Amino acid sequence: MAPLLKVENLRIELATRAGVAPVIDNLNLELAHGESISFVGESGCGKSMTALAIMGLLPEGIGRVASGSIQFDGEELTTASPRRLRQIRGNEISMIFQEPMTSLNPVYTVGEQIAEVLRAHQGLGQKAAWAQAIELLDAVQIPNPKSRVEAYPFQMSGGQRQRVMIAIALACTPKILIADEPTTALDVTVQAQIFDLLRDLRAQTGTSIIMITHDMGAVAEMSERMIVMYAGRKAEEGPVDQVITHARHPYTSGLISCVPHIMANLTEERHDLTEVPGIVPGLSEFGQDLCLFAPRCPRASDKCLSARPPDVPFGSARSSACWHAEDL
Amino acid sequence: MNALRVTTTRIFYAVLLLLAVLVLNFTMMHLAPGDVADTIAQSMGGADEETMAQIRADYGLDKPFIVQLGSYLGRVIRFDLGYSFYYNQPVTSLILQRLPATLLLVFTAQLFAMIVGVVLGVISARRPNGILSHFVTFISLFGYSAPVFWTGILLLIAFSLKIQWFPVAGMRDVTLEGGFWVQTLDIIRHMVLPTITLGSIFLALYSRLSRASMMETLGSDYVRTAKAKGLTEREVVYKHALKNALSPVITLAGLQFSAVISGAVLVETVFAWPGLGTLAFQSILARDTPTILGILFFSALMVIVGNLLTDFVLRLVDPRLKGRA
Repeated sequence: MAPLLKVENLRIELATRAGVAPVIDNLNLELAHGESISFVGESGCGKSMTALAIMGLLPEGIGRVASGSIQFDGEELTTASPRRLRQIRGNEISMIFQEPMTSLNPVYTVGEQIAEVLRAHQGLGQKAAWAQAIELLDAVQIPNPKSRVEAYPFQMSGGQRQRVMIAIALACTPKILIADEPTTALDVTVQAQIFDLLRDLRAQTGTSIIMITHDMGAVAEMSERMIVMYAGRKAEEGPVDQVITHARHPYTSGLISCVPHIMANLTEERHDLTEVPGIVPGLSEFGQDLCLFAPRCPRASDKCLSARPPDVPFGSARSSACWHAEDL
Repeated sequence: MNALRVTTTRIFYAVLLLLAVLVLNFTMMHLAPGDVADTIAQSMGGADEETMAQIRADYGLDKPFIVQLGSYLGRVIRFDLGYSFYYNQPVTSLILQRLPATLLLVFTAQLFAMIVGVVLGVISARRPNGILSHFVTFISLFGYSAPVFWTGILLLIAFSLKIQWFPVAGMRDVTLEGGFWVQTLDIIRHMVLPTITLGSIFLALYSRLSRASMMETLGSDYVRTAKAKGLTEREVVYKHALKNALSPVITLAGLQFSAVISGAVLVETVFAWPGLGTLAFQSILARDTPTILGILFFSALMVIVGNLLTDFVLRLVDPRLKGRA
């Protein structure tokens, strides 16, 4: 079966004061029907940019798709008309964002904000859309949806607002849901509830999910496959359990070792928290013909600094962009 | 119920404020040198000390300050603003004759400035580096820095004398015969230049403010959400961004009420508009204290009512303000 989403040789350029920088450099990925994948990496690695490019929402006048293609259900999105993209956005591909506190419009009721997307894409009238909005609030487990539908965002907690965002995103039963760090701004108990909700809804609707996160726990919980990104490039890709048990890229190993371990017994001697030394390079460093992770890598050799490593496949499902991948 | 309590508190404060304004006006008027006795004496061609004292006693000007203040407040509460010796009629009826003309001019000018200003602001916010945006910035700067009376005189020279599109002065052509519509059209023709003149300063403020406010909301997270929903450009800009951008504009409108009224004095004088402004100007020259105080009272009343209205409208636009003091 053909993949639902296919990204090939994608290059996204950002216009910065210092010149044009490739914020996404030669990215390839596929998403199957009903599959859930995660984009993992530090801030500034291009995860959100990839998502915005798929949505056709790159910042106007600043970011653009320079080359490559994004195919959704066989349809090319990079050359699609604005009108066609509007039909797809919120309808077949939808997105929820990091900041539930500011992502809803403060001057409209949540009911209106859900109903409006139904009117835009499903051709529903005022009444039908409103009734559907109540059902959606119920589906995202907001108590007493009949009265809450008339609430304004400021009358809701962060977790409830994120539920409303999920209701908006899933209103038209999209084929793909992009969740850009959906729980980063929420406290831990609420995070777990949101993940539960997303998992349940996915089971009900069969929606494919792209999760963007730097939380390894969330990846393990939510996705079958993960793509580790570093400095606008794919570092490693593969099934979550395989990648976590046997990383094929030093950056992945670094990220995994950063997850603190919960110990059964508090008297046990504690491990120090580990970190990946250094920081992600600035945009101006992107696009060079070398391994951009090399300055932070314990295994870096001369070869790493002379040429960009290709994606080396391991079996049918995995790949790693590291010159030393075979040895790992 | 909460909203009702907020409203009554607001009105209570408004009344207190009005009272404070009355006391302050009266005190300042009293401190200024010269009174109506001087003017009467002047019109009689001079008077000796005895006659002056007689005039002062007749009008109660010889009583202690606090007594004068007390009787003034007592009368104002009964809407009796005194008698203008200069115009020879009660101040209240004098002002009420002039008030409609001023209200008409002030509201039209505010409305003109606000609508055109917001439209220009929105257009230039959508293309912040476009030619139109720079043009709006230029017009705003010009409108804001040019004195109103100067703008007025220039417009008069251009559109009344050189190209005779609009009448030079006044509010209506008394020789004109015709029904309601003919008269209305005549007033509108008289209004065009004063409205543009008075509106020009505020137009600049509104366009700059709505431009900045619009650029902020256009970059906000909820506008990104609206785009992600697949809404049309029009819905994104006018439904989601503009309604949020309007709050500061409405707040400014409330603050500008006082400035519009003081601007009206200049504009009315330039265009001989028969409103409170010309009345204020003439009565100041005549040292007609009761009339000046009456006009000050009415301007304060207009500003306070304007602010109450602003508050009310803001609550309509922004649900977060509902029921808050």
